[in-house]
Amino acid sequence: MAVLTATDRDRAAGAAPGPVRGRRGRATRVPPVVLAFVLVPLLVEGFWVFWPALQGFWLSLTKWDGISPPQYVGLANYREMVHDSVFHTALLDTVLWLALFGGLSAILGLGAALLLQQERRGVGVYRAALFLPVVFSLTATALVWQAMYQPDGLVDKTMSALGLGGLTHPWLADQDTALYAVIVPALWRQIGYVMVLYLAGLKGIDPALYEAAKVDGATRWQQFRHITLPQLSSVNAVVLSVIIIDSLRSFDVVWALTRGGPYHSSELLSTYMYSTAFQSLRLGYGSALAVVIFVLAFGVIASYLVRAFKEAD
Amino acid sequence: MAATTPAGTPTGSPAGSPAGLKARTADASAHARRRRMWGTVAFHGSAGLISLLWLVPIAVVLVTATRSFDDIAAHGLGSMPHSFTLGGFRQAWTDGGQQQALINSLVVTIPTVLLSLLLASMAAFALSRYDVPLRRALLLLMLSGNLLPPQILLIPVSKLSEKLGIYDSLYALIGVQIGFGVGFYVFVLHGFMRAIPPEIQQAAVIDGAGPWQIYTRIILPLARPALAALTALSFTWIFNDLLWAITVLRTGSKMPITASLLGLQGQYVSQWNVIAAGSVIAAAPTVIVFLRFQRHFVAGLNLGAVK
Repeated sequence: MAVLTATDRDRAAGAAPGPVRGRRGRATRVPPVVLAFVLVPLLVEGFWVFWPALQGFWLSLTKWDGISPPQYVGLANYREMVHDSVFHTALLDTVLWLALFGGLSAILGLGAALLLQQERRGVGVYRAALFLPVVFSLTATALVWQAMYQPDGLVDKTMSALGLGGLTHPWLADQDTALYAVIVPALWRQIGYVMVLYLAGLKGIDPALYEAAKVDGATRWQQFRHITLPQLSSVNAVVLSVIIIDSLRSFDVVWALTRGGPYHSSELLSTYMYSTAFQSLRLGYGSALAVVIFVLAFGVIASYLVRAFKEAD
Repeated sequence: MAATTPAGTPTGSPAGSPAGLKARTADASAHARRRRMWGTVAFHGSAGLISLLWLVPIAVVLVTATRSFDDIAAHGLGSMPHSFTLGGFRQAWTDGGQQQALINSLVVTIPTVLLSLLLASMAAFALSRYDVPLRRALLLLMLSGNLLPPQILLIPVSKLSEKLGIYDSLYALIGVQIGFGVGFYVFVLHGFMRAIPPEIQQAAVIDGAGPWQIYTRIILPLARPALAALTALSFTWIFNDLLWAITVLRTGSKMPITASLLGLQGQYVSQWNVIAAGSVIAAAPTVIVFLRFQRHFVAGLNLGAVK
């Protein structure tokens, strides 16, 4: 962005930020302390993340109870998944979760941001109200909603009062409703987060664009379609990745509410992986399930990352 | 964004008789005012309703936490309160072990936030302000570590901490939280630090400042908005974590508060006043941080978006 002349560039090369490319290539010398600045955090991350991750992949090829040494079994764990009906349920539920939790939180978060973007009196209170659940832990959120879902709790009481008494339900204990009953608290907490991301994005849009569109007689929908949405594309990319990552990670709220039950009806891959590994102590199969989660996440994240990095600087 | 002030609306051309113009202007502005009023009513109606709906569960948990067990048993969870007592809080705090759990949480969260941001700001500084070899690949690598689904790490990390002899200790939790979070903070801080104009740093170089001085005296102070925002965010995330805690810890008395809620849930089945009180205790610190840092949080996000 800053336009430096060639001589400026050479003089500043020792500390110039950014890719100082050009004919000299990598002629600049980086002070050793700066290298250490990168290496120390990298080593910490390598120790706690990259090294364990590699082990995770290796363990997925083994049969291991955590006590005797792991036994190499090749792809047997993956073959087992093909016939594992619980795995099928968990995979399906994870996809459902991604679509419902992810899709609804993006749409409703954008809607909330559009509604609350105007700098009106009192808008801060509304924003704070929607954002407040974001700071709660998913576990606390789960307990709050567990109380709401009790047979004598507020959800059923309200439904009875509205004349929908026939629909009252043991929401969390019914196989048909457990998954959806768990999504609601997760959404309650996620929408405010997505809203904040979009609010920041909307604020970054140049008002002159809207002025110009108004002069040209654009309707509100046209403004939204042709200015807001395109201008939000970078935020959309952020939101998309946040949603996918969060969906595949979702664990706490399910674990706290149903532990994946009843009869695995609200089982996600993440909860199935955890119970397989730490309750059934089938560490090899658990690792293989984790690899599946990784593969699901990887495709989307990697393609997004590559694009983001090509566009950035 | 509300640019529909009466003055801003086109009120006829300069031509025309003064009287007619006046009348038309008054008519148009009255019309605009009416429209604006209805707009305001619709806005506050819808936004207020949504906000109220959003706050209902919070109100429910606050009310439930201050009811007595007998009241809940007699009238049901969904009824209006017939009692007021802090007994639920007392039970959760002492018998339920929430006091110890809260201490554990703070012992884990505070050092983790400080160390993570220190390490991340160092790496972000180096990667954003110097032509470190492979800088983009390194940034990508560090970020990718944070994007990994934690599930792939759970088993190896629990075994790693066993090997290190820190399984079931808070050190393991601190270690893994730093390692897992640092990549994301590097990425955010890198984006922020890149936007700092190079001229500032060049001036310091000419004055003979080394990397360490540039880092501590120039870049860190300038990155304060981003650091404040990340402090609030990371505090919340680390404090609210459940998965890492139940992966590297086993003893109930060592659990941080989020994980201890699960214990409370098991220990006080259907004693909803105690469980609700426990949830309130677990949520209070992050709410305080949010309210305290709200300005920084929003400002940080917006600064990052504008620059």
